[in-house]
Amino acid sequence: MTTTAVAGTATGRKPATMAQALTRAMRDAMAADPAVHVLGEDVGQLGGVFRITQGLAEEFGEDRCTDTPLAEAGILGTAVGMAMYGLRPVVEMQFDAFGYPAFEQLVSHVSRMRNRTRGATPMPLTIRVPYGGGIGGVEHHGDSSEAYYMATPGLHVLTPGTVADAYGLLRAAIASDDPVVFMEPKRLYWSKAGWDPERPEEVPGIGRAVVRRQGTTATLVTYGPSVPVCMEAAEAAREEGWDLEVVDLRSLVPFDEATVVESVRRTGRAVVVHESPGFAGPGGEIAARIGERCFHYLEAPVLRVAGLDIPYPPPMLEKHHLPGVDRVLDAVSRLQWEAEWTEGG
Amino acid sequence: MTVLEQPGRAYHPAPPPAWKPRTEAAPLLPDPEPYRVLGTSAAEKADAGLLRELYGALVTGRRYNEQATTLTKQGRLAVYPSTTGQEACQVAAARALRPQDWLFPSYRDTLAAVARGLDPVQALTLLRGDWHTGYDPAEHRIAPLCTPLATQLPHAVGLARAAMLKGDDVVALAMVGDGGTSEGDFHEALNFAAVWRTPVVFLVQNNGFAISVPLAKQTAAPSLAHKAVGYGMPGRLIDGNDALAAYEVLTEAVERARGGGGPTLVEAVTYRMDAHTNADDATRYRTDSEVEPWRAHDPIALLEAELTGRGLLEEADAAAARAAAEELAAGMRERLHADAELDPMDLFAHVYAEPTQQLREQESMLRAELAAELEAEDDEREETR
Repeated sequence: MTTTAVAGTATGRKPATMAQALTRAMRDAMAADPAVHVLGEDVGQLGGVFRITQGLAEEFGEDRCTDTPLAEAGILGTAVGMAMYGLRPVVEMQFDAFGYPAFEQLVSHVSRMRNRTRGATPMPLTIRVPYGGGIGGVEHHGDSSEAYYMATPGLHVLTPGTVADAYGLLRAAIASDDPVVFMEPKRLYWSKAGWDPERPEEVPGIGRAVVRRQGTTATLVTYGPSVPVCMEAAEAAREEGWDLEVVDLRSLVPFDEATVVESVRRTGRAVVVHESPGFAGPGGEIAARIGERCFHYLEAPVLRVAGLDIPYPPPMLEKHHLPGVDRVLDAVSRLQWEAEWTEGG
Repeated sequence: MTVLEQPGRAYHPAPPPAWKPRTEAAPLLPDPEPYRVLGTSAAEKADAGLLRELYGALVTGRRYNEQATTLTKQGRLAVYPSTTGQEACQVAAARALRPQDWLFPSYRDTLAAVARGLDPVQALTLLRGDWHTGYDPAEHRIAPLCTPLATQLPHAVGLARAAMLKGDDVVALAMVGDGGTSEGDFHEALNFAAVWRTPVVFLVQNNGFAISVPLAKQTAAPSLAHKAVGYGMPGRLIDGNDALAAYEVLTEAVERARGGGGPTLVEAVTYRMDAHTNADDATRYRTDSEVEPWRAHDPIALLEAELTGRGLLEEADAAAARAAAEELAAGMRERLHADAELDPMDLFAHVYAEPTQQLREQESMLRAELAAELEAEDDEREETR
């Protein structure tokens, strides 16, 4: 278990955005290893529509940071071939929903190649997917597509909720010999925290969750764009007398069951929070695992606060879809506190 | 009302100011008829040694197809998509490549892999069902046999690009069928290859059918080779049953790629003599009268006629070719009639570099199940004693 503050501003370092940390991670990875190649739509001269690849083509040349034709299956498919030849491609899918054309390459090849060849052909590939809503994007620009990837054996799925994690997890993803779907919460791109690009702090690696806030009465299990929501909810909950713990999963696959189970056994209550639709979503799996491992410690059923089970809404209505602080607090209030009060007199 | 709808007013838009073709179309166009060498005067220039080698490879290839089909009927292979009738394409694809080049076969192209030198038993693991890919792709420069149609084509483009960026002299040859040309990945791969000018050769074996669907329901293009023009690469239309034409054109395309000339699309017109696989019944969608003309246009018969006509094939040569083929078939029978060696723990070993906690737990579960099975078998033996 590791405890880290959400924002490092207390350390006195200059603030940096998550976008800057992601750019720096790719830049440092490319400088450290000539096998690292970035490819995608508009990633070259423009620096990507979110400017995450800004400066890479300039510094490393267009052969290392390449504007591809506009075809996601082609981008990921050629990246598979590049990986087969020993390169370490970092692919940008411009938006969550634009990654779907590449789904066949991802599911039928990227995730299976190592297994198919009994380890002879690993896929050291990183697929960056800007995901989630909250930026006022029109249709196809706000999906939370992580559940599709999580349901595919052979892939790792990571998502940072902090600036330091954006750098540390992306470096870990690029260094990994396994394919990583790296989900970048779009609405946190411009979130800031004290962070020194020259001395980026060490963060726990792939497969490790982190306790962002320690608490004693219930655990919020969350990741990516919902991390700040849960932190805010935890602060607000103090007024109600609830001392909430917040676990940031960071790594959806591999799933750090130990950290989650340890927390929930201690607090006795859990709410899983994510933007992705709830039905057959990540929260169902997480809640089931908590139920299996923490049954005798639970004071209440595990609840989920998720996006609605609807196609991603138009931006003017997205606030009703996205789990906010109120919805999280409402779920916390339904964790059968009354029973305890009755018993406790 | 738009200008187009206004009565009496012609719409004459000015041409866009900077428009010019990126590449001239005419030199990219395929021949109007499939290119043939055997039976023409051009064949006389061919090296006798090469012709004999191709002949031997075709005879072995045919025997390989027959043996694999028989093994399937005997239950030793789960399924076998045959290339009987397509041996010339299979052999030419393998022979056009140098050792450092890469082959990207589809699931139907096990013969091409074998013709490149891969052990037949390793080539057939996918179809036997003991493991998906039975060889190290990098060791043989043969990508895994690919089942989702055309999805291996972008892999070939990416690998060739990686080699090109490293300055390595490597060409990738990717094989696909006529049905596969309808897939999006076919289009994307050709487009990427042409834009990046990667050293790739795309070989379309047009064998007439995508399982049951004939070419006429697959495309309205003048030929599949014409599709090349739209991407800005040359298209070549060849007689895919003419081993010499296939070898010559594929070798040229490989040379062109090697010299920085970029990709080529080759459409080889051939015919799938057998059903799609042993599980298919071709009589439901084609008549024997359709198949009959192709029996006369058999790739082995064509080459044999050339060799015999020029007095290049002694009976001893033909006998030696048959003997080599029988030896391969005997080896396949012997090894594939033996039970496959399976290790259930392989199921967990290669999903990730390091298994996840969840996989470790499932591995323990399976281990326990297997141990219990063994114990139950032991008990049963005790009781029956």
